[in-house]
Amino acid sequence: MIRSVVLGLALLAAPALARAETVFLSTQLRPVEEAQKMREVILKDFSGSVDYVVELPPQLPVRIKAEAEGGKHTIDVVGALHGELQPLVSMNALAPLDSLAASLRDRGIPDSLMALGRFGTEHQLYIPWMQATYIMVANKQALPFLPQGADLNALTYDQLAAWADAVQEKTGKRLLGFPAGPQGLMHRFFEGFLYPSYTGGVVTPFRSPEAEAMWTKFAALWKGVNPNSTNYNFMQEPLLAGDVWIAFDHIARVLDALRQKPDDFVAFPAPSGPKGRGYMPVLAGLAIPKDAPDAKAGADLIAYLAQPATQIATARAVGFFPVVKAELPPDLDPGLKLGVAAIERTQSAKDALPTLLPIGLGQRGGEFDKVYMDTFQLIVLRGQKPRAVLDREAETLRRIMTETAAPCWTPDPASTGACPVP
Amino acid sequence: MRRLTPYLLIAPSLIFLGVLFFVPLVETVALAFQGGADNFARMRDDLNFNDAVTDTFAIIVIVVLLQLLLALVMALMLRHVQVGRGLVLWIWSIPLGVSDLAAGLVWLAILTDRGYLNTVLAKLGVISGPASWLTYETPATLLAAIVVAELWRATAIVLVILVAGLELIPKEFGEAADVFGATPWQRFRRVTLPLLKPSIQTALILRTVLAFEMFAVVLSLGGRNFPVLMSEAFNWQYAQQDYGVAAAYAVVVMAVSLAATAFYLVLLRSPAR
Amino acid sequence: MTGRRALFAVGVAVLCAWTLVPIYLIAAGAVGGQAMANAWPKPLLPPSFSLHTITDFFAIAGVWASALASVEVALLCVLFSLLLGLPAGYALARFAFPGATAYRLAILVTRAFPVAILALPLTVGFIRLGLYDTPLGVSLIHTVLALPFAVLVSSSLFAAIPHELEEAAWVFGCSGLRAFLRVVLPLALPGIAAVAIFAFVISWNEVFAASVLTVRHKTLTAYLLSVLSESPLHVQFAGGFVLIVPSVLFIFLVRRHLFAMWGIASR
Repeated sequence: MIRSVVLGLALLAAPALARAETVFLSTQLRPVEEAQKMREVILKDFSGSVDYVVELPPQLPVRIKAEAEGGKHTIDVVGALHGELQPLVSMNALAPLDSLAASLRDRGIPDSLMALGRFGTEHQLYIPWMQATYIMVANKQALPFLPQGADLNALTYDQLAAWADAVQEKTGKRLLGFPAGPQGLMHRFFEGFLYPSYTGGVVTPFRSPEAEAMWTKFAALWKGVNPNSTNYNFMQEPLLAGDVWIAFDHIARVLDALRQKPDDFVAFPAPSGPKGRGYMPVLAGLAIPKDAPDAKAGADLIAYLAQPATQIATARAVGFFPVVKAELPPDLDPGLKLGVAAIERTQSAKDALPTLLPIGLGQRGGEFDKVYMDTFQLIVLRGQKPRAVLDREAETLRRIMTETAAPCWTPDPASTGACPVP
Repeated sequence: MRRLTPYLLIAPSLIFLGVLFFVPLVETVALAFQGGADNFARMRDDLNFNDAVTDTFAIIVIVVLLQLLLALVMALMLRHVQVGRGLVLWIWSIPLGVSDLAAGLVWLAILTDRGYLNTVLAKLGVISGPASWLTYETPATLLAAIVVAELWRATAIVLVILVAGLELIPKEFGEAADVFGATPWQRFRRVTLPLLKPSIQTALILRTVLAFEMFAVVLSLGGRNFPVLMSEAFNWQYAQQDYGVAAAYAVVVMAVSLAATAFYLVLLRSPAR
Repeated sequence: MTGRRALFAVGVAVLCAWTLVPIYLIAAGAVGGQAMANAWPKPLLPPSFSLHTITDFFAIAGVWASALASVEVALLCVLFSLLLGLPAGYALARFAFPGATAYRLAILVTRAFPVAILALPLTVGFIRLGLYDTPLGVSLIHTVLALPFAVLVSSSLFAAIPHELEEAAWVFGCSGLRAFLRVVLPLALPGIAAVAIFAFVISWNEVFAASVLTVRHKTLTAYLLSVLSESPLHVQFAGGFVLIVPSVLFIFLVRRHLFAMWGIASR
């Protein structure tokens, strides 16, 4: 006992290690296996040495803010989703990366993605790192129940509802699933898929008559949904367990199921509504905090991660796809191939309606998401009348938009000033 | 000098807490009250607030009472175990070493549709296939499930405190009662229980205060269907990034915990010796 | 008479089983691999036995260093909790001084107010104190969390030790401190053991503060538990199982001290 106390005190008294490593803090590639791949495969060929540290997304803004206030900076590069970097912008915590962006111009990153990385300012605040989107996955056992004449790769929401009903009728079980758990990404479904498909927008048509009809239809669709959906955070587990035969989720959260049993599943684009096939891209980016200990090393790391070879290695590891011009090799594993195909079909669909990520919400992004989730909870789970709920929640939405002064984003029509909620 | 002794003895802990904890605490409480009562109004109008309050109280009242009874029974039983008492105590306190995440995980695996409980029930023929116990359509079984999981996870906290307390009751008191012809129940009521009061008070206070603060198991089993004060505080802090409302929830949790503590202190008062 | 004994033995066995079955299920889930996690009906024995998920944990970069950090932090927490908590518990038990109740409530406020909500001011404070990203810093905040246990449990147990014993020692010429150390402390062993168990376990299982107050020197628990929720089910079981072992071991080592020395002998 005494010995361990002495040992402990000795360890504590040891001076801090000399800074030789670039500290790369990431909210992505967190699970143990993925972090290992990052360290052992993806970062292997980098010229410097990297300390790869993972962070839970909610803690990122707290840490950055605390380090800024306390005056001690430990992080050289931050890797996170667009929505997770957004609060850092309003905290003024990110260093401009304009010269780095210029030097990466030959990598072929699409302008639309670079624009997202500017967050509506004149400076490049993050370099796009990797992208993904949401897809649907179905167990092949569900395919016989598809409605007559329905094309799996061009379903409508009405057809999806009919499909789920047919499954329930014949098997007696509700086998449609959504990630409506506490850490599930259900809010993106409403913001990027359901709303645009039915109303052609996200914010401005929030309480329109089309929205009211949409919620009524969705509440009816929910009758075919497995009630455990409010516990599901990742759809791969219920898919593998057979609790769910048809699921919607982020590709990274169904990839395990596709990889383990590629012969049991099919992957296809999300359905379309009266106004088109809405979908939302997911974008992760790399940024350098202001006053980072070694900004130069950070920039080198970002340039490395933006190389085609590194991007392909990342895609193999986690199912997030390159943002640079890079051909995915033909020897991908079959599960990943299924996912890639579904994503390509989503992006190239004739009625595709891409919905951008919110840009000007700053720290209020979470509150924005809560409006849609609360609406879902009240109308679909608690059975309240859509009109009253929409009117009430529209007030909250209006308040958020005016207080952040965030302008509308595609597919809503451009606005001057804060995006209105008529 | 004697007068000062107690204050000298408590001073180190107070200074320690003051520097490390009270300073950030005051800052955060101030945050809750920033802008008057706005944060509290937002908290109260939220769709989950009423449910969070009733759910939290339901859980705490049911679980704490059951755990006190169960731990008392187990502690008394332990006294009569003759062979391997250390081993039995160790086994009964193993849940203490299990993290919230693992506890939530294993009970979810037991109670989920395709879990162990349903496997056993199906083998016994009670149900025909996977059955749901944890959805928003089955609130009663969801509550029961959470109670059982919490009972498993946290009874050991109360048990350890009671065992230590029981050990200090001199054997002679009980023997004297026997000599006077007391039944076991009388001996328990008249000798053991009063001498155990300080330990029971401590166990109840600590267990209740902890119960207001824990939510990992509830989140695992209940998902969105069973909001409690603490899970809402956490969501406001981290999902909605509204530190003001989160602080408001935390203030409510603190106030209720302290009220419960004051209640226990008065109810189970023992004079210092 | 034997009927009653048998009933009693059955009762003890049932309670042991109730405690152990979920532990077994965690272990089974850890070695059973993905197949077991998704099977229906759930098998009671893992269909395939593979230690590779568990051994994979030990191959993770930096896992041994963070395991060492966890143990160090937990032991420091035990030490500090005893050093700060025992004197305070003694004061509460022996002296009826004005402010005792206020002190009790003040101690409890640290558990009554959730640490997770204090993230921002706590982190800034730690940076300013130079405790950011150090095991010592984490152990101090763990001590804060364990202190209510240390103070309240030790006070209720000191209260049960007759004051007359100390007074007798004083009569024989011992100073206050010596009387405490040689007479009271040995009898207080159950309380000390209980406090040590709580302090170790609270520190070992604590996730939030350990992850937000460190960047590169995370404890094993903080690292594993904070990322496990996104891993496949059998990996979560493996992680949960690996983390149970050290704290259960600690409880095993300390268990005997929960029984007063003379209590066992006289049974």
